[in-house]
Amino acid sequence: MKHVLESVESQFEMFQVLNENGEIVNKDDMPDLSDEELKELMRRMVYTRILDQRSIALNRQGRLGFYAPTAGQEASQLGSQFALEQDDFLLPGYRDVPQLIWQGLPLYQAFLFSKGHFHGNQMPENVQALSPQIIIGAQYVQTAGVALGMKLRGKKNVAVAYTGDGGTSQGDFYEGINFAGAYGAPAIFFVQNNYFAISVPVEKQSAVKTLAQKSVAAGIEGIQVDGMDVLAVYAVTKHAREHAINGDGPMLIETLTYRYGPHTMSGDDPTRYRTDELNDEWEKRDPIVRFRKFLEEKGIWSEEEENKVVEDAKEDIKKAIKEADNYPKQKVTDLIGNMYEELPVNLQEQMEEYKEKESK
Amino acid sequence: MAQMTMIKAITNAMQTELKNDENVLVFGEDVGQNGGVFRATEGLQDEFGEERVFDTPLAESGIGGLSIGLGLQGYRPVMEIQFFGFVFEAMDSINGQMARMRYRTGGAHNAPITIRAPFGGGVHTPELHADSLEGLIAQQPGMKVVIPSTPYDAKGLLISAIRDNDPVLFLEHMKLYRSFRGEVPEEAYTVDLTKADVKREGKDVSIIAYGAMVHSALKAADELEKNDIDAEVIDLRTVSPIDIETIIESVKKTNHAIVVQEAQRQAGVAANVVAEIQERAIMHLEAPVLRVTAPDTVYAFSEAEEIWLPNEKDIIEKVNTVIDY
Repeated sequence: MKHVLESVESQFEMFQVLNENGEIVNKDDMPDLSDEELKELMRRMVYTRILDQRSIALNRQGRLGFYAPTAGQEASQLGSQFALEQDDFLLPGYRDVPQLIWQGLPLYQAFLFSKGHFHGNQMPENVQALSPQIIIGAQYVQTAGVALGMKLRGKKNVAVAYTGDGGTSQGDFYEGINFAGAYGAPAIFFVQNNYFAISVPVEKQSAVKTLAQKSVAAGIEGIQVDGMDVLAVYAVTKHAREHAINGDGPMLIETLTYRYGPHTMSGDDPTRYRTDELNDEWEKRDPIVRFRKFLEEKGIWSEEEENKVVEDAKEDIKKAIKEADNYPKQKVTDLIGNMYEELPVNLQEQMEEYKEKESK
Repeated sequence: MAQMTMIKAITNAMQTELKNDENVLVFGEDVGQNGGVFRATEGLQDEFGEERVFDTPLAESGIGGLSIGLGLQGYRPVMEIQFFGFVFEAMDSINGQMARMRYRTGGAHNAPITIRAPFGGGVHTPELHADSLEGLIAQQPGMKVVIPSTPYDAKGLLISAIRDNDPVLFLEHMKLYRSFRGEVPEEAYTVDLTKADVKREGKDVSIIAYGAMVHSALKAADELEKNDIDAEVIDLRTVSPIDIETIIESVKKTNHAIVVQEAQRQAGVAANVVAEIQERAIMHLEAPVLRVTAPDTVYAFSEAEEIWLPNEKDIIEKVNTVIDY
């Protein structure tokens, strides 16, 4: 009987294309990407690492507000986003700002989101996305709705929910994957398992061996991927996208990844719950280091090229933070004006009150 | 004009809007072939098909999230919460998510969602089926909370709610579903969500109520008339945001007011109405504004239900207190 009980877990072996030494270990599933596309993936990861470093510094200077560090998760975030199309709909979590930026959210708006300015949440017309979700797991149930809407509209697009491992402990996670599965809706549920829901490790959140196997309960496809391997993440997301738009239903993707920094910049101290040994172990699997080795081996990447990306990123960030700093401050009257399509009587009165207050 | 019960008027409103706008979708637990546990959606799936009127898995948070996502794709979701006591499961979707969609996205997206739910007591339902939880949602800016008291209003207000680009909670008192009939036009019409209705004009006291309590207030007014007390009865229709102008106009005329709600006393809609009256019309008052409410306990399902619920005698008693003050 034991082998029967173990059978579900055995279906969820980690998928990998590129190992820690930058060697292709799975030729059959090597994605079909041109040299230019491979370099673009590297460029995005390096740029995003710099953006993370600068955002942390800007946060410490008090020039940004809420910020959740991303270093370590670049392969998961950008490998998946690179597999999406422009009209796919993203429902990100609070750490998933890089996907929005590469989908087309201007950097200064990402900074405004951090500062709590609503213009940071106004996606440009060509970006189909909600701003980063703060409530853990809420995006799963909403993704089921967006995906069902796409199916009813006959669109050939997908809705993509991003969370961390903690999100899968929420009831909304199950309701979302179950709804999408029941409706055969084109959704991708993307779990970045970075092992800690703030401080609580994944093994204390659930008795499951993999988060991917939670897909079994909803009757949908699920897979666990090396989340530090950008090629594996890209290949799996591309597959999930095709699977979904072909009418084969949603997919659950679990990436094994790690955040090097704290949960957020709002006071979390990861030394309280993580050891140096664990950090070192994960840094050995760094997505940028291994992809650099691969590209250099292929002879299409150099130190100069990487330095250029770093300089470009720094320059962009400098401009964007200036633009965010100079953007007109949000007012309470903006807030009042955006609550309903038409102002009800109570808010009409409060609008007058705050116009007066703000004019002083 | 046809005579309809409130439940028929509600079905008729959904049918009208399903015909009128192909973006309207009706869904919830058992709303398809079964037509809903109260038969509010009876016949709609047969007429409009399973893509427009459909059953959901049994999960209220999922239903709320589904509505938000469908709204983002340009649909006008009409979701049903089977009994309003089950709303706690969907509170994040409602108060946490759809209510703030317009603000959160700087107006780039809205949540054109109508949430329908049966509520209210007096029909001997099990625990957590009859609760009057309108105050929970009424406190949330970004939501509108509508409670009809007649078949005519039910149809017109529901059509307005479905056409509204902001989320509307539409609460249907279970006791009113089939207790009487009223005239309801067959064609589409709307009733303004922002206006209270003066159900009975009077000069001595304003009785402000909503939902089933409007009928208790009208009965009380008839009784009071026998003692030469001429009561004005106001049906709020929308308990958030409240049409305060109609209330103040009435209080300025009658100089006495009581507020009636079926829900428990603490916090809630009646408390807000009393506060608004005292802020805006205290110099017109000849007595304190009193409330008729249920006591501050959980809903007394079954045995103690009838005595727990406020009734017309309670209303008459409170009116006499303010008149004799």
